[in-house]
Amino acid sequence: MQTAIDTEKIESAKITLDGKEPEKIKEKFNAVPYLYALPALIVMAMVVLYPFIYNVIISFSNMNLEHFQDWSFKGVRNYVNVVTDPKFFWFLFKTVLWTVTNVFFHVTIGVFLAILLNKNIKAKNFFRVILILPWAVPQYITALNWRGLFNSEYGAVNQVLALLGIERVQWLSTEWGAFMACLITNIWLGFPFMMIVALGGLQSIPDALYEAAEIDGASWYDKLRHITIPLLKPVMIPAITLGTIWTFNNFNVVWLVSNGGEPSDQTHILVSWVYKVGLNYFRIGYASAFSLIIFAMLLVFSWNFIKKTKATQSIY
Amino acid sequence: MSAKNPRDVTNVQKVAIYAVLTLFSLFALFPIVEVLKISLRPGNNLFSSNFELIPQNVTFQNYVDIFAKHPFLKWIFNSILVSLVVTLISVGLASTAGYAFSRYKFVGRDPAMILLIATQMFPVTMLLLPLFIMLIKLGIYDSYSGLVVAYSATALPFCVWQMKGFYDTIPRSLEEAARIDGCTEIQTFWKIIFPLAQPALVITALFSFMSAWSEYLVAAVLIQDPALFTLPMGLKAFQSDLEVAWGLYSAGAIVVSIPVVILFVSLSRYLVSGLTLGSVKE
Repeated sequence: MQTAIDTEKIESAKITLDGKEPEKIKEKFNAVPYLYALPALIVMAMVVLYPFIYNVIISFSNMNLEHFQDWSFKGVRNYVNVVTDPKFFWFLFKTVLWTVTNVFFHVTIGVFLAILLNKNIKAKNFFRVILILPWAVPQYITALNWRGLFNSEYGAVNQVLALLGIERVQWLSTEWGAFMACLITNIWLGFPFMMIVALGGLQSIPDALYEAAEIDGASWYDKLRHITIPLLKPVMIPAITLGTIWTFNNFNVVWLVSNGGEPSDQTHILVSWVYKVGLNYFRIGYASAFSLIIFAMLLVFSWNFIKKTKATQSIY
Repeated sequence: MSAKNPRDVTNVQKVAIYAVLTLFSLFALFPIVEVLKISLRPGNNLFSSNFELIPQNVTFQNYVDIFAKHPFLKWIFNSILVSLVVTLISVGLASTAGYAFSRYKFVGRDPAMILLIATQMFPVTMLLLPLFIMLIKLGIYDSYSGLVVAYSATALPFCVWQMKGFYDTIPRSLEEAARIDGCTEIQTFWKIIFPLAQPALVITALFSFMSAWSEYLVAAVLIQDPALFTLPMGLKAFQSDLEVAWGLYSAGAIVVSIPVVILFVSLSRYLVSGLTLGSVKE
Protein backbone atom coordinates (compact mmCIF):
# COMPACT_ATOMS: atom_id res chain seq x y z
CA MET A 1 0.00 0.00 0.00
CA GLN A 2 2.73 2.36 1.07
CA THR A 3 4.92 1.61 -1.98
CA ALA A 4 1.94 1.94 -4.25
CA ILE A 5 1.44 5.52 -3.13
CA ASP A 6 5.10 6.29 -3.48
CA THR A 7 5.45 5.06 -7.05
CA GLU A 8 2.37 7.00 -7.93
CA LYS A 9 4.06 10.12 -6.56
CA ILE A 10 7.19 9.46 -8.55
CA GLU A 11 5.06 9.10 -11.66
CA SER A 12 3.34 12.36 -11.02
CA ALA A 13 6.64 14.09 -10.27
CA LYS A 14 7.91 12.88 -13.65
CA ILE A 15 4.87 14.32 -15.35
CA THR A 16 5.57 17.70 -13.77
CA LEU A 17 9.19 17.53 -14.87
CA ASP A 18 8.15 16.65 -18.38
CA GLY A 19 6.32 19.95 -18.42
CA LYS A 20 2.85 18.52 -18.87
CA GLU A 21 -0.20 20.07 -17.23
CA PRO A 22 0.00 19.79 -13.45
CA GLU A 23 -3.84 19.86 -13.23
CA LYS A 24 -3.97 16.19 -14.10
CA ILE A 25 -2.26 15.23 -10.84
CA LYS A 26 -4.99 16.82 -8.75
CA GLU A 27 -7.69 14.81 -10.43
CA LYS A 28 -6.11 11.56 -9.35
CA PHE A 29 -7.26 10.16 -6.05
CA ASN A 30 -4.74 11.10 -3.38
CA ALA A 31 -4.70 8.93 -0.26
CA VAL A 32 -2.30 11.12 1.70
CA PRO A 33 -4.79 13.62 3.15
CA TYR A 34 -7.00 10.76 4.34
CA LEU A 35 -4.01 9.12 5.97
CA TYR A 36 -3.36 12.33 7.92
CA ALA A 37 -6.90 13.44 8.69
CA LEU A 38 -8.84 10.21 9.14
CA PRO A 39 -7.75 9.34 12.71
CA ALA A 40 -8.76 12.80 13.92
CA LEU A 41 -11.99 12.72 11.89
CA ILE A 42 -12.98 9.35 13.31
CA VAL A 43 -12.40 10.48 16.89
CA MET A 44 -14.25 13.72 16.22
CA ALA A 45 -17.14 11.77 14.74
CA MET A 46 -17.30 9.73 17.96
CA VAL A 47 -16.84 12.42 20.59
CA VAL A 48 -18.32 15.49 18.84
CA LEU A 49 -20.55 14.60 15.90
CA TYR A 50 -22.28 11.59 17.41
CA PRO A 51 -23.14 13.32 20.73
CA PHE A 52 -24.35 16.34 18.77
CA ILE A 53 -26.72 14.24 16.67
CA TYR A 54 -27.83 12.35 19.76
CA ASN A 55 -28.55 15.69 21.41
CA VAL A 56 -30.74 16.68 18.46
CA ILE A 57 -32.64 13.39 18.67
CA ILE A 58 -33.36 13.45 22.40
CA SER A 59 -34.38 17.09 22.20
CA PHE A 60 -37.58 15.76 20.61
CA SER A 61 -38.08 13.18 23.35
CA ASN A 62 -39.43 13.08 26.87
CA MET A 63 -36.23 11.66 28.35
CA ASN A 64 -35.87 12.45 32.05
CA LEU A 65 -35.16 10.64 35.28
CA GLU A 66 -38.43 8.66 35.10
CA HIS A 67 -38.21 7.92 31.39
CA PHE A 68 -34.51 7.21 31.11
CA GLN A 69 -34.75 3.89 29.25
CA ASP A 70 -38.32 3.94 27.91
CA TRP A 71 -38.29 7.43 26.40
CA SER A 72 -40.47 8.26 23.40
CA PHE A 73 -40.73 11.04 20.85
CA LYS A 74 -42.92 13.97 21.77
CA GLY A 75 -42.39 16.27 18.78
CA VAL A 76 -41.45 19.86 19.43
CA ARG A 77 -42.97 19.90 22.92
CA ASN A 78 -39.63 20.63 24.59
CA TYR A 79 -38.94 23.57 22.31
CA VAL A 80 -42.36 25.02 22.99
CA ASN A 81 -41.89 24.51 26.72
CA VAL A 82 -38.52 26.28 26.66
CA VAL A 83 -39.66 29.39 24.83
CA THR A 84 -42.96 29.72 26.71
CA ASP A 85 -41.29 29.62 30.12
CA PRO A 86 -41.01 33.18 31.50
CA LYS A 87 -37.75 32.06 33.13
CA PHE A 88 -36.25 31.65 29.66
CA PHE A 89 -36.75 35.33 28.84
CA TRP A 90 -35.60 36.47 32.26
CA PHE A 91 -32.37 34.46 31.98
CA LEU A 92 -31.96 35.50 28.35
CA PHE A 93 -32.17 39.12 29.49
CA LYS A 94 -29.59 38.44 32.20
CA THR A 95 -27.33 36.62 29.75
CA VAL A 96 -27.40 39.52 27.30
CA LEU A 97 -26.77 41.98 30.12
CA TRP A 98 -23.97 39.73 31.39
CA THR A 99 -22.34 39.41 27.97
CA VAL A 100 -22.62 43.05 26.93
CA THR A 101 -21.35 44.41 30.25
CA ASN A 102 -18.46 41.97 30.39
CA VAL A 103 -17.31 42.47 26.82
CA PHE A 104 -17.68 46.26 27.12
CA PHE A 105 -15.42 46.38 30.19
CA HIS A 106 -12.99 43.81 28.82
CA VAL A 107 -12.49 45.79 25.63
CA THR A 108 -12.36 49.30 27.12
CA ILE A 109 -10.07 48.36 30.00
CA GLY A 110 -7.97 46.12 27.73
CA VAL A 111 -7.48 48.69 24.96
CA PHE A 112 -6.91 51.50 27.47
CA LEU A 113 -4.17 49.56 29.29
CA ALA A 114 -2.65 48.43 26.00
CA ILE A 115 -2.33 52.05 24.87
CA LEU A 116 -0.51 52.88 28.11
CA LEU A 117 1.75 49.83 27.87
CA ASN A 118 2.64 50.77 24.30
CA LYS A 119 4.35 53.99 25.45
CA ASN A 120 8.05 54.21 26.15
CA ILE A 121 8.14 53.66 29.88
CA LYS A 122 10.72 51.68 31.79
CA ALA A 123 8.60 49.28 33.81
CA LYS A 124 6.28 48.19 31.02
CA ASN A 125 7.31 44.55 31.01
CA PHE A 126 6.83 44.41 34.77
CA PHE A 127 3.31 45.82 34.49
CA ARG A 128 2.53 43.60 31.52
CA VAL A 129 3.24 40.50 33.61
CA ILE A 130 1.25 41.75 36.61
CA LEU A 131 -1.74 42.70 34.47
CA ILE A 132 -1.82 39.35 32.68
CA LEU A 133 -2.06 37.41 35.97
CA PRO A 134 -5.89 37.37 36.15
CA TRP A 135 -5.96 35.48 32.86
CA ALA A 136 -3.23 33.09 33.94
CA VAL A 137 -4.87 31.90 37.16
CA PRO A 138 -7.13 28.87 36.47
CA GLN A 139 -10.71 30.13 36.14
CA TYR A 140 -12.26 27.87 38.73
CA ILE A 141 -9.71 29.04 41.29
CA THR A 142 -10.44 32.67 40.45
CA ALA A 143 -14.16 32.06 40.90
CA LEU A 144 -13.75 30.20 44.19
CA ASN A 145 -11.34 32.87 45.47
CA TRP A 146 -13.77 35.67 44.73
CA ARG A 147 -16.62 33.74 46.32
CA GLY A 148 -14.60 33.75 49.52
CA LEU A 149 -13.75 37.43 49.14
CA PHE A 150 -17.42 38.35 48.68
CA ASN A 151 -18.40 36.70 51.96
CA SER A 152 -20.33 39.49 53.62
CA GLU A 153 -18.72 39.15 57.04
CA TYR A 154 -15.22 37.74 56.61
CA GLY A 155 -14.62 38.59 52.96
CA ALA A 156 -11.95 41.11 52.04
CA VAL A 157 -14.24 43.03 49.65
CA ASN A 158 -16.51 44.26 52.43
CA GLN A 159 -13.50 44.88 54.66
CA VAL A 160 -11.94 47.15 52.06
CA LEU A 161 -15.30 48.89 51.56
CA ALA A 162 -15.48 49.37 55.35
CA LEU A 163 -12.07 51.07 55.26
CA LEU A 164 -13.49 53.45 52.65
CA GLY A 165 -16.46 54.08 54.91
CA ILE A 166 -18.98 52.17 52.77
CA GLU A 167 -21.53 49.92 54.43
CA ARG A 168 -21.37 46.15 54.10
CA VAL A 169 -23.01 44.81 50.95
CA GLN A 170 -24.92 41.51 51.06
CA TRP A 171 -23.16 40.22 47.96
CA LEU A 172 -24.07 36.57 47.78
CA SER A 173 -27.49 36.47 49.42
CA THR A 174 -29.41 38.83 47.12
CA GLU A 175 -30.30 38.38 43.47
CA TRP A 176 -28.52 41.44 42.11
CA GLY A 177 -25.74 41.37 44.68
CA ALA A 178 -24.79 37.89 43.48
CA PHE A 179 -25.08 39.00 39.85
CA MET A 180 -22.76 41.95 40.55
CA ALA A 181 -20.31 39.64 42.32
CA CYS A 182 -20.22 37.37 39.26
CA LEU A 183 -19.78 40.37 36.96
CA ILE A 184 -16.87 41.83 38.94
CA THR A 185 -15.19 38.43 39.00
CA ASN A 186 -15.58 37.92 35.28
CA ILE A 187 -14.45 41.43 34.38
CA TRP A 188 -11.39 40.82 36.52
CA LEU A 189 -10.43 37.66 34.69
CA GLY A 190 -11.31 38.79 31.16
CA PHE A 191 -9.60 42.11 30.49
CA PRO A 192 -6.02 40.75 30.06
CA PHE A 193 -6.99 38.79 26.93
CA MET A 194 -8.23 41.93 25.19
CA MET A 195 -5.20 43.84 26.48
CA ILE A 196 -2.75 41.39 24.93
CA VAL A 197 -4.64 41.28 21.63
CA ALA A 198 -4.79 45.09 21.49
CA LEU A 199 -1.12 45.40 22.40
CA GLY A 200 -0.22 43.17 19.47
CA GLY A 201 -2.38 45.29 17.20
CA LEU A 202 -0.90 48.57 18.44
CA GLN A 203 2.64 47.38 17.89
CA SER A 204 1.89 46.72 14.25
CA ILE A 205 0.72 50.32 13.59
CA PRO A 206 3.64 52.15 11.94
CA ASP A 207 5.02 55.09 13.94
CA ALA A 208 5.20 57.15 10.76
CA LEU A 209 1.41 57.59 10.79
CA TYR A 210 1.54 59.26 14.20
CA GLU A 211 4.54 61.37 13.17
CA ALA A 212 2.68 62.61 10.12
CA ALA A 213 -0.40 63.37 12.22
CA GLU A 214 1.80 65.26 14.68
CA ILE A 215 3.18 67.44 11.90
CA ASP A 216 -0.35 68.14 10.71
CA GLY A 217 -1.14 69.33 14.23
CA ALA A 218 -3.55 66.56 15.19
CA SER A 219 -4.66 66.35 18.82
CA TRP A 220 -4.42 63.11 20.82
CA TYR A 221 -8.15 62.66 20.28
CA ASP A 222 -7.80 62.99 16.50
CA LYS A 223 -5.01 60.42 16.53
CA LEU A 224 -7.07 58.01 18.63
CA ARG A 225 -10.17 58.54 16.51
CA HIS A 226 -8.55 58.45 13.06
CA ILE A 227 -5.46 56.27 13.45
CA THR A 228 -5.54 54.03 16.53
CA ILE A 229 -9.16 52.89 16.49
CA PRO A 230 -9.54 52.20 12.74
CA LEU A 231 -6.24 50.32 12.59
CA LEU A 232 -6.99 48.37 15.75
CA LYS A 233 -10.39 47.32 14.45
CA PRO A 234 -9.36 44.38 12.23
CA VAL A 235 -7.46 42.86 15.16
CA MET A 236 -10.12 43.52 17.76
CA ILE A 237 -13.16 42.36 15.82
CA PRO A 238 -12.31 38.64 15.77
CA ALA A 239 -11.25 38.93 19.41
CA ILE A 240 -14.56 40.57 20.29
CA THR A 241 -16.52 37.90 18.40
CA LEU A 242 -14.66 35.17 20.27
CA GLY A 243 -14.97 37.06 23.56
CA THR A 244 -18.73 37.44 23.10
CA ILE A 245 -19.21 33.74 22.41
CA TRP A 246 -16.98 32.73 25.31
CA THR A 247 -18.69 35.07 27.74
CA PHE A 248 -22.16 34.02 26.62
CA ASN A 249 -21.23 30.39 27.21
CA ASN A 250 -18.93 30.79 30.19
CA PHE A 251 -20.73 29.83 33.34
CA ASN A 252 -17.68 28.72 35.34
CA VAL A 253 -17.81 32.03 37.13
CA VAL A 254 -21.58 32.25 37.49
CA TRP A 255 -21.83 28.70 38.77
CA LEU A 256 -18.93 28.78 41.20
CA VAL A 257 -19.35 32.31 42.58
CA SER A 258 -23.07 31.83 43.16
CA ASN A 259 -22.58 28.18 44.19
CA GLY A 260 -24.94 26.80 41.55
CA GLY A 261 -27.36 29.69 41.19
CA GLU A 262 -27.88 30.81 44.79
CA PRO A 263 -29.93 32.47 46.12
CA SER A 264 -32.66 29.98 45.12
CA ASP A 265 -31.81 29.60 41.41
CA GLN A 266 -31.95 33.32 40.72
CA THR A 267 -28.32 33.82 39.72
CA HIS A 268 -28.20 32.13 36.35
CA ILE A 269 -27.34 32.82 32.78
CA LEU A 270 -28.88 30.58 30.12
CA VAL A 271 -26.02 28.08 30.07
CA SER A 272 -25.79 27.62 33.83
CA TRP A 273 -29.57 27.15 33.93
CA VAL A 274 -29.44 24.40 31.29
CA TYR A 275 -26.62 22.72 33.18
CA LYS A 276 -28.73 22.76 36.32
CA VAL A 277 -31.91 21.56 34.60
CA GLY A 278 -30.14 18.85 32.62
CA LEU A 279 -27.53 17.55 35.00
CA ASN A 280 -28.96 18.27 38.45
CA TYR A 281 -32.70 17.92 37.79
CA PHE A 282 -32.22 15.47 34.88
CA ARG A 283 -34.89 16.94 32.62
CA ILE A 284 -32.78 15.67 29.76
CA GLY A 285 -35.04 16.14 26.74
CA TYR A 286 -35.92 19.67 27.82
CA ALA A 287 -32.28 20.58 28.46
CA SER A 288 -31.08 19.26 25.09
CA ALA A 289 -33.71 21.34 23.28
CA PHE A 290 -32.54 24.29 25.38
CA SER A 291 -28.89 23.68 24.37
CA LEU A 292 -29.85 23.73 20.71
CA ILE A 293 -31.73 26.99 21.12
CA ILE A 294 -28.66 28.60 22.73
CA PHE A 295 -26.46 27.24 19.93
CA ALA A 296 -28.83 28.62 17.29
CA MET A 297 -28.74 32.06 18.91
CA LEU A 298 -24.93 32.11 18.91
CA LEU A 299 -24.81 30.86 15.34
CA VAL A 300 -27.10 33.64 14.12
CA PHE A 301 -25.13 36.21 16.10
CA SER A 302 -21.70 35.13 14.80
CA TRP A 303 -22.96 34.78 11.26
CA ASN A 304 -24.32 38.32 11.21
CA PHE A 305 -21.38 39.76 13.07
CA ILE A 306 -18.83 38.25 10.70
CA LYS A 307 -20.85 39.21 7.62
CA LYS A 308 -21.32 42.77 8.83
CA THR A 309 -17.67 43.28 9.72
CA LYS A 310 -16.55 41.75 6.44
CA ALA A 311 -18.73 44.28 4.68
CA THR A 312 -17.18 47.19 6.59
CA GLN A 313 -13.69 45.83 6.09
CA SER A 314 -14.00 45.78 2.35
CA ILE A 315 -14.76 49.51 2.40
CA TYR A 316 -11.34 50.26 3.86
CA MET B 1 9.18 70.34 15.57
CA SER B 2 11.60 67.63 14.65
CA ALA B 3 10.39 64.05 14.33
CA LYS B 4 10.11 62.74 17.87
CA ASN B 5 9.18 59.18 18.64
CA PRO B 6 5.39 59.07 19.04
CA ARG B 7 5.76 56.57 21.88
CA ASP B 8 7.82 58.99 23.98
CA VAL B 9 6.01 60.66 26.85
CA THR B 10 6.60 63.78 28.91
CA ASN B 11 7.41 63.46 32.60
CA VAL B 12 3.93 64.53 33.68
CA GLN B 13 2.37 61.92 31.41
CA LYS B 14 4.80 59.34 32.76
CA VAL B 15 3.63 59.94 36.33
CA ALA B 16 0.00 59.67 35.24
CA ILE B 17 0.64 56.45 33.32
CA TYR B 18 2.44 54.89 36.27
CA ALA B 19 -0.38 55.92 38.58
CA VAL B 20 -3.05 54.33 36.39
CA LEU B 21 -1.04 51.16 35.79
CA THR B 22 -0.39 50.82 39.51
CA LEU B 23 -4.08 51.20 40.27
CA PHE B 24 -5.04 48.45 37.82
CA SER B 25 -2.20 46.26 39.05
CA LEU B 26 -3.59 46.54 42.58
CA PHE B 27 -6.97 45.43 41.22
CA ALA B 28 -5.28 42.50 39.44
CA LEU B 29 -3.29 41.47 42.50
CA PHE B 30 -5.99 42.00 45.12
CA PRO B 31 -7.67 38.55 45.12
CA ILE B 32 -4.36 36.76 44.64
CA VAL B 33 -2.74 38.51 47.59
CA GLU B 34 -5.84 37.96 49.73
CA VAL B 35 -5.78 34.22 49.11
CA LEU B 36 -2.06 34.13 49.80
CA LYS B 37 -2.67 35.88 53.12
CA ILE B 38 -5.44 33.46 54.10
CA SER B 39 -3.23 30.49 53.24
CA LEU B 40 -0.62 31.76 55.69
CA ARG B 41 -3.02 32.27 58.59
CA PRO B 42 -3.08 29.78 61.47
CA GLY B 43 -6.30 27.77 61.82
CA ASN B 44 -7.66 29.73 64.79
CA ASN B 45 -7.28 33.05 62.99
CA LEU B 46 -9.01 32.33 59.67
CA PHE B 47 -11.91 34.67 60.21
CA SER B 48 -10.61 38.06 61.04
CA SER B 49 -13.31 40.58 60.30
CA ASN B 50 -10.91 43.48 59.90
CA PHE B 51 -8.76 44.16 56.90
CA GLU B 52 -5.09 43.75 57.66
CA LEU B 53 -2.33 44.34 55.16
CA ILE B 54 0.07 41.81 56.68
CA PRO B 55 -1.37 38.72 58.39
CA GLN B 56 -0.39 38.01 61.99
CA ASN B 57 1.27 34.79 63.20
CA VAL B 58 2.30 33.65 59.72
CA THR B 59 2.48 29.87 59.46
CA PHE B 60 2.94 27.28 56.71
CA GLN B 61 0.80 24.75 58.56
CA ASN B 62 -1.91 24.77 55.85
CA TYR B 63 0.64 23.87 53.20
CA VAL B 64 1.92 21.00 55.30
CA ASP B 65 -1.61 19.81 56.11
CA ILE B 66 -2.88 19.53 52.54
CA PHE B 67 -0.10 17.07 51.80
CA ALA B 68 0.07 15.32 55.17
CA LYS B 69 -3.60 15.06 56.19
CA HIS B 70 -5.44 15.21 52.86
CA PRO B 71 -5.11 13.29 49.56
CA PHE B 72 -3.72 16.34 47.78
CA LEU B 73 -0.88 14.36 46.14
CA LYS B 74 -3.39 11.79 44.93
CA TRP B 75 -5.49 14.54 43.31
CA ILE B 76 -2.38 15.96 41.63
CA PHE B 77 -1.55 12.52 40.30
CA ASN B 78 -5.13 11.98 39.02
CA SER B 79 -5.14 15.33 37.28
CA ILE B 80 -1.76 14.75 35.66
CA LEU B 81 -2.90 11.34 34.41
CA VAL B 82 -6.13 12.58 32.83
CA SER B 83 -4.61 15.76 31.38
CA LEU B 84 -1.65 13.88 29.93
CA VAL B 85 -3.78 11.26 28.16
CA VAL B 86 -6.11 13.92 26.73
CA THR B 87 -3.16 15.98 25.52
CA LEU B 88 -1.39 13.02 23.91
CA ILE B 89 -4.54 11.97 22.05
CA SER B 90 -5.51 15.43 20.83
CA VAL B 91 -2.08 16.73 19.91
CA GLY B 92 -1.08 13.43 18.34
CA LEU B 93 -4.13 13.40 16.08
CA ALA B 94 -3.96 17.14 15.40
CA SER B 95 -0.31 17.10 14.34
CA THR B 96 -1.17 15.41 11.04
CA ALA B 97 -4.82 16.42 10.75
CA GLY B 98 -3.91 20.11 11.00
CA TYR B 99 -1.60 19.64 8.04
CA ALA B 100 -4.26 17.90 5.98
CA PHE B 101 -6.72 20.70 6.74
CA SER B 102 -4.16 23.32 5.86
CA ARG B 103 -2.93 21.89 2.55
CA TYR B 104 -5.40 19.48 0.98
CA LYS B 105 -8.90 19.37 -0.35
CA PHE B 106 -10.53 16.07 0.53
CA VAL B 107 -13.98 14.62 1.00
CA GLY B 108 -15.27 15.64 4.43
CA ARG B 109 -12.93 18.60 4.82
CA ASP B 110 -15.53 21.33 4.63
CA PRO B 111 -18.11 19.69 6.92
CA ALA B 112 -15.32 18.97 9.40
CA MET B 113 -14.17 22.60 9.30
CA ILE B 114 -17.72 23.76 9.98
CA LEU B 115 -17.95 21.32 12.88
CA LEU B 116 -14.64 22.63 14.25
CA ILE B 117 -15.95 26.19 14.28
CA ALA B 118 -19.40 25.17 15.51
CA THR B 119 -17.95 23.46 18.60
CA GLN B 120 -16.78 26.90 19.70
CA MET B 121 -20.43 27.95 19.92
CA PHE B 122 -21.70 24.84 21.67
CA PRO B 123 -22.89 25.47 25.19
CA VAL B 124 -21.18 22.99 27.54
CA THR B 125 -24.37 20.97 27.92
CA MET B 126 -24.62 20.35 24.18
CA LEU B 127 -22.02 17.59 24.30
CA LEU B 128 -21.91 16.94 28.03
CA LEU B 129 -25.50 15.80 28.32
CA PRO B 130 -25.40 13.20 25.49
CA LEU B 131 -21.92 12.08 26.59
CA PHE B 132 -23.22 11.64 30.12
CA ILE B 133 -25.96 9.31 28.85
CA MET B 134 -23.62 7.52 26.46
CA LEU B 135 -21.06 6.89 29.21
CA ILE B 136 -23.71 5.45 31.52
CA LYS B 137 -24.92 3.14 28.76
CA LEU B 138 -21.37 2.09 27.91
CA GLY B 139 -20.65 1.46 31.58
CA ILE B 140 -17.71 3.88 31.77
CA TYR B 141 -19.47 6.53 33.82
CA ASP B 142 -17.47 7.52 36.92
CA SER B 143 -14.15 6.50 35.38
CA TYR B 144 -11.18 8.23 33.80
CA SER B 145 -12.00 6.84 30.35
CA GLY B 146 -15.27 8.76 30.46
CA LEU B 147 -13.52 11.93 31.53
CA VAL B 148 -10.91 11.52 28.79
CA VAL B 149 -13.65 11.11 26.16
CA ALA B 150 -15.43 14.26 27.35
CA TYR B 151 -12.24 16.34 27.51
CA SER B 152 -11.13 15.18 24.07
CA ALA B 153 -14.38 16.52 22.65
CA THR B 154 -13.19 20.06 23.44
CA ALA B 155 -9.42 19.57 23.27
CA LEU B 156 -9.28 17.93 19.84
CA PRO B 157 -11.08 20.69 17.87
CA PHE B 158 -8.93 23.29 19.65
CA CYS B 159 -5.69 21.46 18.81
CA VAL B 160 -6.64 20.83 15.16
CA TRP B 161 -7.55 24.50 14.78
CA GLN B 162 -4.29 25.68 16.36
CA MET B 163 -2.14 23.33 14.28
CA LYS B 164 -3.96 24.21 11.07
CA GLY B 165 -3.31 27.87 11.83
CA PHE B 166 0.35 27.14 12.32
CA TYR B 167 0.76 25.09 9.13
CA ASP B 168 -0.98 27.91 7.25
CA THR B 169 1.94 30.19 8.11
CA ILE B 170 4.55 27.89 6.54
CA PRO B 171 5.07 28.97 2.92
CA ARG B 172 4.17 26.39 0.29
CA SER B 173 7.39 27.13 -1.57
CA LEU B 174 9.17 25.06 1.08
CA GLU B 175 7.29 21.94 0.03
CA GLU B 176 7.69 22.74 -3.65
CA ALA B 177 11.44 23.01 -3.17
CA ALA B 178 11.55 19.69 -1.33
CA ARG B 179 9.54 18.01 -4.07
CA ILE B 180 11.88 19.33 -6.76
CA ASP B 181 14.82 17.99 -4.75
CA GLY B 182 13.23 14.55 -5.00
CA CYS B 183 11.30 14.12 -1.73
CA THR B 184 8.06 12.19 -1.96
CA GLU B 185 4.90 13.83 -0.70
CA ILE B 186 5.12 11.85 2.53
CA GLN B 187 8.82 12.52 3.04
CA THR B 188 8.23 16.23 2.51
CA PHE B 189 5.88 16.33 5.46
CA TRP B 190 7.84 14.15 7.86
CA LYS B 191 11.32 15.44 7.02
CA ILE B 192 10.72 19.12 6.27
CA ILE B 193 7.41 20.39 7.64
CA PHE B 194 6.88 18.28 10.75
CA PRO B 195 10.23 19.23 12.37
CA LEU B 196 9.32 22.89 11.80
CA ALA B 197 6.05 22.32 13.65
CA GLN B 198 7.69 21.13 16.88
CA PRO B 199 7.46 24.45 18.78
CA ALA B 200 3.80 24.90 17.77
CA LEU B 201 3.12 21.34 18.84
CA VAL B 202 4.66 21.91 22.26
CA ILE B 203 2.70 25.10 22.81
CA THR B 204 -0.58 23.53 21.69
CA ALA B 205 0.11 20.60 23.99
CA LEU B 206 0.74 22.89 26.95
CA PHE B 207 -2.50 24.79 26.44
CA SER B 208 -4.44 21.58 26.00
CA PHE B 209 -2.84 20.19 29.18
CA MET B 210 -3.61 23.34 31.15
CA SER B 211 -7.27 23.41 30.13
CA ALA B 212 -7.82 19.81 31.24
CA TRP B 213 -5.80 20.53 34.41
CA SER B 214 -8.13 23.44 35.27
CA GLU B 215 -11.51 21.95 34.38
CA TYR B 216 -14.18 21.56 37.04
CA LEU B 217 -17.74 21.58 35.65
CA VAL B 218 -17.43 18.53 33.40
CA ALA B 219 -15.54 16.53 36.00
CA ALA B 220 -18.20 17.36 38.58
CA VAL B 221 -20.79 15.61 36.41
CA LEU B 222 -18.77 12.60 35.29
CA ILE B 223 -16.87 11.70 38.47
CA GLN B 224 -18.54 10.72 41.75
CA ASP B 225 -16.00 8.48 43.48
CA PRO B 226 -13.77 10.61 45.79
CA ALA B 227 -10.83 8.30 45.01
CA LEU B 228 -10.99 9.49 41.41
CA PHE B 229 -11.24 13.22 42.24
CA THR B 230 -9.12 15.51 40.12
CA LEU B 231 -7.48 18.59 41.63
CA PRO B 232 -10.30 21.04 40.88
CA MET B 233 -12.82 18.68 42.49
CA GLY B 234 -10.65 18.27 45.55
CA LEU B 235 -10.19 22.00 45.95
CA LYS B 236 -13.92 22.59 45.49
CA ALA B 237 -14.57 20.04 48.23
CA PHE B 238 -12.34 22.06 50.58
CA GLN B 239 -14.04 25.25 49.56
CA SER B 240 -17.62 24.07 50.11
CA ASP B 241 -16.59 23.28 53.65
CA LEU B 242 -15.70 26.92 54.17
CA GLU B 243 -15.99 26.83 57.97
CA VAL B 244 -13.05 24.50 58.49
CA ALA B 245 -11.12 24.36 55.27
CA TRP B 246 -10.76 27.93 53.98
CA GLY B 247 -7.07 27.94 54.87
CA LEU B 248 -6.50 24.54 53.29
CA TYR B 249 -8.33 25.60 50.14
CA SER B 250 -6.18 28.72 49.84
CA ALA B 251 -2.92 26.85 50.31
CA GLY B 252 -4.01 24.31 47.68
CA ALA B 253 -5.09 27.04 45.27
CA ILE B 254 -1.69 28.73 45.55
CA VAL B 255 0.21 25.48 44.99
CA VAL B 256 -1.91 24.57 41.95
CA SER B 257 -1.77 28.04 40.39
CA ILE B 258 1.96 28.71 40.55
CA PRO B 259 3.14 26.35 37.76
CA VAL B 260 0.13 27.20 35.57
CA VAL B 261 0.63 30.94 36.00
CA ILE B 262 4.33 30.76 35.17
CA LEU B 263 3.67 28.67 32.05
CA PHE B 264 0.79 30.82 30.97
CA VAL B 265 2.53 34.17 31.36
CA SER B 266 5.45 32.97 29.28
CA LEU B 267 3.23 31.43 26.56
CA SER B 268 0.28 33.83 26.34
CA ARG B 269 1.47 35.65 23.25
CA TYR B 270 1.52 32.38 21.29
CA LEU B 271 -2.08 31.65 22.18
CA VAL B 272 -3.20 35.07 21.03
CA SER B 273 -1.29 34.85 17.76
CA GLY B 274 -2.78 31.40 17.12
CA LEU B 275 -6.32 32.61 17.73
CA THR B 276 -6.14 35.76 15.65
CA LEU B 277 -3.68 34.71 12.98
CA GLY B 278 -6.16 33.92 10.24
CA SER B 279 -7.90 37.24 10.58
CA VAL B 280 -4.84 39.45 10.85
CA LYS B 281 -3.26 37.94 7.80
CA GLU B 282 -6.35 38.88 5.73
